Amino acid sequence: MSTIKNISRRTFVKSIGLASGGLILACNTSVFSEKEITKNLVDFNPNLFVQLNSDGSLILIASRSEMGNGVRTSLTSIIADEMEADWNKVIVKQATGDAKYGDQNTDGSRSVRYLYETMRKMGAMAKAMLISAAAKKWQVPGSECTAKNHFVTHSSGEKIGFGDLVEIAKTLETPKEYVLKSPKDFKYIGKKLRSIDAEDYVKGKAIFGLDKRLPNMKFVAIARCPVTFGTVKSFDKSEALKVAGVEAIIEIPRVEKPFGALGGVAVIASNTWAAFKGKEALKIEWDFGDNKSYNSKTYMAEITANVHKQGKVAKDVGNINKAFKNAHKIIESTYQLPHLSHAPMEVPNAVAWVQGDSCEVWAPTQAPQTTRKEVIDYLKTSEEKVTINVTFLGGGFGRKSKPDYVVEAVMLSKELNAPVQVVWTREDDIKHDYYHTVSAQYLKASLDKNGNVTGWLHRFALPSIVSTFSPGVDYAAGFEIASASNIPFDIKNMKIEVGKALAMVRIGWLRSVINIPHGFSENVFADELAYAANKDPLEFRLNLIGKDRIEDTQNEIKYNTARLKNVLKIVVKNAEWGKQLPENHAYGLAVHYSFYSYVASIVEVSVINKKVKVHNVFTAIDCGTVVNKDTVKAQMEGSAIFGMSLAFYGKITAKDGAIEQSNYDNYKMIRMHEIPKVHVEIVESSEKPTGVGEPGVPVIAPAIVNAIFKATGKRYHNLPLSDYGLV
Amino acid sequence: MVTLRINGEKHTIDVAPDMPLLWAIRDIIGLTGTKYGCGKGLCGSCKVLLDNSPVQSCVIPVSAAIGKNILTIEGTSENLQLLQESWVTLNVPQCGFCQPGQLIAATALLDKNENPTDKDIEEAMIGNICRCGTYQRIKKAIHKTVELKNQHS
Ligand code: FES
Ligand code: FES
Repeated sequence: MSTIKNISRRTFVKSIGLASGGLILACNTSVFSEKEITKNLVDFNPNLFVQLNSDGSLILIASRSEMGNGVRTSLTSIIADEMEADWNKVIVKQATGDAKYGDQNTDGSRSVRYLYETMRKMGAMAKAMLISAAAKKWQVPGSECTAKNHFVTHSSGEKIGFGDLVEIAKTLETPKEYVLKSPKDFKYIGKKLRSIDAEDYVKGKAIFGLDKRLPNMKFVAIARCPVTFGTVKSFDKSEALKVAGVEAIIEIPRVEKPFGALGGVAVIASNTWAAFKGKEALKIEWDFGDNKSYNSKTYMAEITANVHKQGKVAKDVGNINKAFKNAHKIIESTYQLPHLSHAPMEVPNAVAWVQGDSCEVWAPTQAPQTTRKEVIDYLKTSEEKVTINVTFLGGGFGRKSKPDYVVEAVMLSKELNAPVQVVWTREDDIKHDYYHTVSAQYLKASLDKNGNVTGWLHRFALPSIVSTFSPGVDYAAGFEIASASNIPFDIKNMKIEVGKALAMVRIGWLRSVINIPHGFSENVFADELAYAANKDPLEFRLNLIGKDRIEDTQNEIKYNTARLKNVLKIVVKNAEWGKQLPENHAYGLAVHYSFYSYVASIVEVSVINKKVKVHNVFTAIDCGTVVNKDTVKAQMEGSAIFGMSLAFYGKITAKDGAIEQSNYDNYKMIRMHEIPKVHVEIVESSEKPTGVGEPGVPVIAPAIVNAIFKATGKRYHNLPLSDYGLV
Repeated sequence: MVTLRINGEKHTIDVAPDMPLLWAIRDIIGLTGTKYGCGKGLCGSCKVLLDNSPVQSCVIPVSAAIGKNILTIEGTSENLQLLQESWVTLNVPQCGFCQPGQLIAATALLDKNENPTDKDIEEAMIGNICRCGTYQRIKKAIHKTVELKNQHS
């Protein structure tokens, strides 16, 4: 754990965007590796700041992007709680993308997990210093003073505000000893807390990337090749130049890097609309390149064939052949899931202003440091010359951790010598995404006479995310295999194999990532096995998970089957599994462990005239210590909708290399009239906090499919369900 | 030159009459609370009130708004304000991006229907997508606003 220092009188406070004057504590939260910590202890390089001013205002610098996961609220509430600060006096500032803030990438559901302890410690230290300051002022022992709600009180009843203690506290060393609060005394952590940004959101005042304006800023739209990595052969700009407001049209090359710009023809205009119209008026001849042979139908057939034959062995425990040979019953199924697009409500966009060898960027990014690095590389400039300002993000879901759109803005600003805003149309967004992988999976299992699973073979083929970084990689990578091989089932003979799948579009992580296909196939297959064994799916599943044990997944956190069964039991209780439901209604269940969190869902559907409606979703999550209960609840509610969108509608397909979907009419989302009631229970726990943003998604689609089976006796193996005419 | 009346204030701007109202509001007048989400009338992010009716400003030309009262999220109306309060109390927004459009759609609903049922809400809000999935809270917040209004009247 890192050192915390009092830097109130250091000169560099200005450089981090804090006015000097208050009590400022700083620390380094690089908790990634032990090595990094030791390095940073030698060369103190703070990245987390808290400033208390004499007017009592408390400024916290949030280093993570806000994208609907409540990070700004959750992280800051931890410090405020330990410090006994008044939530109404807290002001949160957004950090720019800079290594001094430690790792800022907002993905993998890990923000709170990594920062929790350091944040607590910092708050506790600030409190201890304020108490010492008051004790000094009153000439009494510190042990006679307590802090609460932004005041320090002496046992005599004398009281002083935090702000009035700043001058003395500034002169103090950070304490060697401090006490963390007992969880039962938490005031904000684990409680429902008003989001610090809600007010701005509802008044239209929150500045998203798209809302950034600079004087003389140009608006840019870019025509990109319909086929991934295709290039411009020639183009005719005469019609486009006639569009009122269009000022210039230039070709931009592809930057051949994982997060590099795709290249194309850029239309520079005085407003967004003119740029969009100009783009439509362009006549471009493309060289489509190798990926023009990408056809989703044939591709799916190919990868499906690849899972119907022996693949590369990734895990082999026990003796699967023997298990299959001695089986009482063999069950096998194949599952096919299409690509998905992130389609965050706010399209990719960025403002860049390159002046000489310096550059300032304003962008909705989940990865400010990755972005900064890309910009430095592109401009071949040095670190201190590049500033990345993180705006609010209108949704990210993984799309905005890939800063190709920022590189585009930087290229164009440099070229035009002016501030520019690159705006993707919704069509650009859906047609040129880093797609969630497409997959084929084959599962085969053996049952003994008593209906126990004796062997489990899981073979899958999907273009790997790694292909985006190492073109040509055509097998799943370790982390993609892990989510299949770490399955929490107690089965003696297990084999995991991967089949070949070459990427023909950019593949990227999308909320829940590999857990979407694996969570789907495992949960649907387990349900199929239950029926084959003539058992209740719940009973069967509990038996499959087996006895309470802690499994070593070679990760920092081990999974605990008792916690997995616990979430299952909670939803069973809340949904009253087994009760009589109205005619044509049925329950389906799914349970999944991902991002170190345990989630179970029971979904109630009705199927009438072959149309499915989801009525209720009961979800339980165990994500360790909960910092902000309401945020967790909101994430589970949102996950249910996200999961339903992909279950019913999510499908991206290519024809001759070009993506066939374009906007929300053919890439549909769940809307208000389709929503179920979502009931969430959060497990009380004092374990380490784990992921919240993603683990609620993977259970939804399989639970729906399992419920449909219960209601109709029909088993659907592929998504989306709209392909079967079920909506 | 066209003159638009937005939130009670007049703006005279020099734009082509076929420019969608959305871009005139955002890029020319500079009120960025109204959002672009699809540009095709599919998502509702760009909703504003035109003489009290909700319209998708990305698909209606500036010329259609001349002489009308335009209300954007930056403006005020009794229902809008009450809804905003409920939205904050119930922590409706996640990323927040769709919420201006959602609030405008909800305002239009309450302006013409004082006691909407679940079904009325679904119909009024069907044109507004929330990718973060805040629908359940939106519904609750609309009901809550109605409850508060009924208590006070
Ligand atoms: S932006 Fe107008 S409806 Fe989507
Ligand atoms: S709150 Fe993010 S799209 Fe609605």
